[in-house]
Amino acid sequence: MTVMSYLGAIGAAQREAMDADERVIIIGEDVEANVYGTTGGGKSRSDKGDFLQRYGKNRIRNTPISEEGIVGAAAGAAMTGLRPIVDLSYSSFLYMAMDQFVNQVAKNRYMFGGQASMPVVFRSAMFYGLNTGAHHSDRPYPMFMNVPGLKIIAPATPADAKGLLRSAVDSDDPILSFEACLLWSAKEDVDENEFWVPLGVARTARVGTDVTVVAISSSVPEAVAAAEELAKEGVSVEVIDPRTLVPLDRDAILRSVAKTGRLVVAEPAHRTCGAAAEISALVAEEIFDSLKAPIIRVTAPDMQIPFSPSLEKQMYPTKATIAAAIRRVVDLPALQPVTAAV
Amino acid sequence: MNIHSRTQTKTSRERRFPMAELARDTLREMQLRMLRIRAFDERASKMVKRGHIPGTVHTSIGQEAQVVGATMALGAGDYMSGNHRSHGHPIGKGSPLGPLMAELVGKATGVCKGKGGSLHLADFAVGSLGESGIVGSSIPIANGAALSSKVLNNGKVALAFFGDGAANQGVLYESMNMAGVWDLPMIFLCENNQYALSTPAHTVTSGIISERAAGFGMPGIRVEEGQDVLAVYDAVSEAVARARAGDGPTLVEVMTYRYNEHSEGLRLGTDYRNADEREAWLKKDPIMLFRHYLASQGFSDDELDGLQATALAEVDAAVAFSDASPYPDLSVAFDDLYTDKESAA
Repeated sequence: MTVMSYLGAIGAAQREAMDADERVIIIGEDVEANVYGTTGGGKSRSDKGDFLQRYGKNRIRNTPISEEGIVGAAAGAAMTGLRPIVDLSYSSFLYMAMDQFVNQVAKNRYMFGGQASMPVVFRSAMFYGLNTGAHHSDRPYPMFMNVPGLKIIAPATPADAKGLLRSAVDSDDPILSFEACLLWSAKEDVDENEFWVPLGVARTARVGTDVTVVAISSSVPEAVAAAEELAKEGVSVEVIDPRTLVPLDRDAILRSVAKTGRLVVAEPAHRTCGAAAEISALVAEEIFDSLKAPIIRVTAPDMQIPFSPSLEKQMYPTKATIAAAIRRVVDLPALQPVTAAV
Repeated sequence: MNIHSRTQTKTSRERRFPMAELARDTLREMQLRMLRIRAFDERASKMVKRGHIPGTVHTSIGQEAQVVGATMALGAGDYMSGNHRSHGHPIGKGSPLGPLMAELVGKATGVCKGKGGSLHLADFAVGSLGESGIVGSSIPIANGAALSSKVLNNGKVALAFFGDGAANQGVLYESMNMAGVWDLPMIFLCENNQYALSTPAHTVTSGIISERAAGFGMPGIRVEEGQDVLAVYDAVSEAVARARAGDGPTLVEVMTYRYNEHSEGLRLGTDYRNADEREAWLKKDPIMLFRHYLASQGFSDDELDGLQATALAEVDAAVAFSDASPYPDLSVAFDDLYTDKESAA
């Protein structure tokens, strides 16, 4: 094991994938210069492991600022023998390529009756919480959850960032990876050897018995912190990190809520039609009778992100807002069993 | 990359592949493939109007020279992407007709198992990476195939078919720029049939499409005689040779004309076009023109009639194949979204 940052873990996974398979290439804006730190080996360009020096211009390709052309070309390359990792830098830039994501990447395999394989990973960073204003702060993964054919990962820890990305690159389906910049500097011990975190398997970040908090992306550490605070008050909170949003580990969520009877869902995306809404609906449909209290969502409001730090800081789930939600579900009286006659 | 040698735009050109140099088998195959496309699309047009084909179809009738000249200039292993008017492209590339017709009808034996239909034919076995119902959307797919060829150094080239309408989509220029800067083995083939549905291309298109190549440092070729299969074959062969030699992409604009309405069965009409204009193009019918040429090269009437009969018989057989095929089982609607069925909700 070695201490890795979230960003360093992504770089490590990319290096492993490039070493393991010559068909893996990295294309994107500014990948040659390692501007964001995932295509380098160390602190400086000349340090060991710089991707451009290590793999050459044929496999490390700086692109023009042409998101639609990049995403479409990556799709076409994936359909014809390459396994591209596309670095789209900011998640807000994905909208520029919406036609390619929705009409080509997501649909081609299905429309063509399984003839197309689409082994491509689209990485992007959600720059929310960093005072970059409304054009750089999006958390758009729920929009893409609404597009059948895409798989979506949102790692919350360095180990998951490494292991999920390896699985994503090895997958023959198109994967969108949403990485939170707030987590970039998070560090933990990570296996420096190759390992794969399977897609569609949730992680139990903390075991508990009274309340389940399903948390996504940067809401995971906030939820764990809230759980630790509540533990002092005698409330035992289980934190589930789905890690993969498509496919979603429904069983892990349902199992946990069936055990605790209470659910809080926390995520940094907008409230309407978010992942939290989907997870809430899943639990309500499948195990309503197990619920002892109403489900509570802790999300960003349906509001654009303001620039001023004093305004932006209230927009995303925090330890305090998650803890408040947990208190509510614990204090509320248990629901009476409801029959199908409703 | 020598930019200076690549900025010349040609608007008229001489044939580099004189007809006599082409094998008689190749000439015969060109006519047969044009006849196949004509017969296939005429049948599809009838079938959609009778309700035998659900939805709608966009026919290539009138554009066969442009389709076959381009597809036969490609090698068997080369890639191409199509557009909404794309039955002809896989036929031109050598796809068998049965699974294509079965796909139009929505049968389980369709080339896409009945999941795609007329707007989404694809036959990866012949390098057809699929049609797109979104104008311009499949251009970067071919560009990506060209990127694969370049990275893997496998000698394959890729061609994107798009119309005069798609020539005004931004993604074309993103793709041309990337192909140019990376010297991709790529051909951008504009099928200029002069109408984007009802809108005359010249009313919405500034300048000449082929001349836009100059802005990307790549050759632009305009084939004015786009109803002449050999003129198209010649221009695209030159572009293919350039791509295969590692000299980068080419934009080829082929002037052509669709005889029928934009979309069969929708009854959108053709009132926006001048009847005289259509008559003038009918006099340059690509199949008729090439038949005259083949006759002048010593092909007998019997042989030429035989090609026509062969094409019609193949279409009859394709319809029979489709008729005899089952519709897909309801359960398969949930296959093929992902490589694993479990990931589908």
